[in-house]
Amino acid sequence: MLERMTGVVQVSLRSLWMHRLRSGLTMLGIVFGVSSVIAMLAIGEGASQQAQEQIAHLGSTNIIIKTVKPPDIEIGDADSGQTIQEYGLRYDDAERFRETIPDAQVVVPVRRQPQQTQYRSRRVTAELVGTVAWYPELVPIEIRMGRFLSPLDLHYNQAVCVIDEMLLDILFRVDDPIGQQLKIAGEYYLVVGIVREAAVASQEDKQEFARNTRGSGVNGKIYIPITTMKSRIGETQIQFGGSTGSSGEKVELSEITIKVPAMERVIPTRDVLSSMLEQFHKKKDYQIIVPLELLRQAARTKRIFSIVLGSIAAISLLVGGIGIMNIMLATVSERTREIGIRRALGARKKDIVIQFLSETVLLTLIGGLLGMALGACIPILVTVFGKMPTVITPEAMILSFGISAGIGLTFGLYPAYHAANMDPIESLRHE
Amino acid sequence: MPCPQPNNSRQAVVRIENLQKAYYLPHQELSVLKGLDMAFYEGEYVSIMGPSGSGKSTLLNILGCLDKPTGGRYMLGEHDIALLSDDELSAIRGRRIGFIFQSFNLISQLNILENIEVAMYYQQVPKHQRHQRAMMLADRVGLADRLHHRPFELSGGQQQRVAIARSLANDPLIILADEPTGNLDSKSGSEILQMLDELNAQGKTIIVVTHDENVAARTHRTVHLLDGRVERVAERGPACSNA
Repeated sequence: MLERMTGVVQVSLRSLWMHRLRSGLTMLGIVFGVSSVIAMLAIGEGASQQAQEQIAHLGSTNIIIKTVKPPDIEIGDADSGQTIQEYGLRYDDAERFRETIPDAQVVVPVRRQPQQTQYRSRRVTAELVGTVAWYPELVPIEIRMGRFLSPLDLHYNQAVCVIDEMLLDILFRVDDPIGQQLKIAGEYYLVVGIVREAAVASQEDKQEFARNTRGSGVNGKIYIPITTMKSRIGETQIQFGGSTGSSGEKVELSEITIKVPAMERVIPTRDVLSSMLEQFHKKKDYQIIVPLELLRQAARTKRIFSIVLGSIAAISLLVGGIGIMNIMLATVSERTREIGIRRALGARKKDIVIQFLSETVLLTLIGGLLGMALGACIPILVTVFGKMPTVITPEAMILSFGISAGIGLTFGLYPAYHAANMDPIESLRHE
Repeated sequence: MPCPQPNNSRQAVVRIENLQKAYYLPHQELSVLKGLDMAFYEGEYVSIMGPSGSGKSTLLNILGCLDKPTGGRYMLGEHDIALLSDDELSAIRGRRIGFIFQSFNLISQLNILENIEVAMYYQQVPKHQRHQRAMMLADRVGLADRLHHRPFELSGGQQQRVAIARSLANDPLIILADEPTGNLDSKSGSEILQMLDELNAQGKTIIVVTHDENVAARTHRTVHLLDGRVERVAERGPACSNA
């Protein structure tokens, strides 16, 4: 049996080799079809994995509420002589969440502000993050040296800070940072720890972060107790200049992040939060971000993406398959005489079917393998030149191999049966 | 004495009784063979002659099991051809019949050795055995030095010798030759005829269809066909002239 199969394969390979140009051209349709399937799946998978990773950094059981400047901020305030606009999340919002929502396991208020930072003669603008000691429960933070902020720091409004690695590289090239004094907004803070935020751990994210922050001149992060930030820096930011003289903004909190115990609690909690905020905020000066929803949306997007790409690839494979069928029919009529001879010498219809079918399947399998090789190269080029992540999954490889074999069988059957059902007498007479 | 006697008790290899073949066209029925009776015995060397349109080729196709009769009986050995399925007919062709065609009909993409092996391949002969036998047969027709040549590299006479070797591959019951010298010059033609004579002398039953009187003259018996019927049978056979 095995001997017979290898025999059939050998004969088919020889016959394909005899018409190498034709076989090669016929194969091209499958090569490009399969490679496009693989390339498209790889690009789609890469894009969705990237999106999912980014969302996963935000935490799938987290709900993030951010302060946004409302678009319809009242200019009427200016008439009353007040030019300070007050909006955004407040401490009592955070307090209310903690007290009234049982699922709000962890509530982390955060206030962010870019600030001038100085160590000896080095000066840089960094993002000042005022937060609480349990901040690491929400965002995975890796402590490299020293410690993170402690509840005591918060309680006593300590002038301590924890800096991230980026800032460490800029400010402390040689010195041991722990125990040094850092000047922030004109006041001194004791460095107690060095951390690395996992969200910016990957190389690409870091580059992206650097790119995003270079323009604004923000380099790295400084974590200080939010209580210290409130008492030392305050909540009002005054901007000087402009046509109306100075103007100011008062924002208590930049964001509040809430962690719920399980994923299925995310949406109900979001709804409670939403109605609660609506009640206490007349203006829509906040935005609720639910990473889980984003995750689900990303999955939906991926599905649509896959369907679109899949149909394009399927059409190109169909075209390739029809091309193969066409050539096989031409081959069959060209080899009519040979078929007649074989029939006269004792070949059954089945033998003829096997012979032509194996030629077609081999043709598509070789085409499929070449297509897989090409398809594996395209995503690499896309990654290198297009700066897009791509992921080639084994499933995609198996799928395309199966597809090419399937095309060989589907589009090879008709020509093979056509060959087998020819009248041997007619075939022998055929010139 | 190895003289074939039509009326003795020997088993007929081919027995045809009232054989008919008609083609059914849309508006008419075209009767090509109108009731043939004949029997060929083992070791016989028979020729079939007749003008074109006499039903020669049709008879040959039926004898070769490429076509089925529409009436009467054709017994090849113990098989009634009309009762066999397509697959069984293929098997009969492969095992019982050796074909020699006017235009050689070798498979151009295979070499000489492989062309001889083809018939054995379809009878599931193991590769090694197939190879051995093909080499032996090639040697027998004097082409042992051309095993790996392709058909178009050989002369017509050599190609026909390959075809003879191929026809012997499965040790068939009968050899059917259709104008075996029709495409050959007289020298290679007579070589081929010589070879057929030798095969017959070794006991092979050979049926040859021809236009050529000289070819027919070498056979024991000539069946003349005319308009789908047997016109006359000429008994010859040098070995049997005294009988």
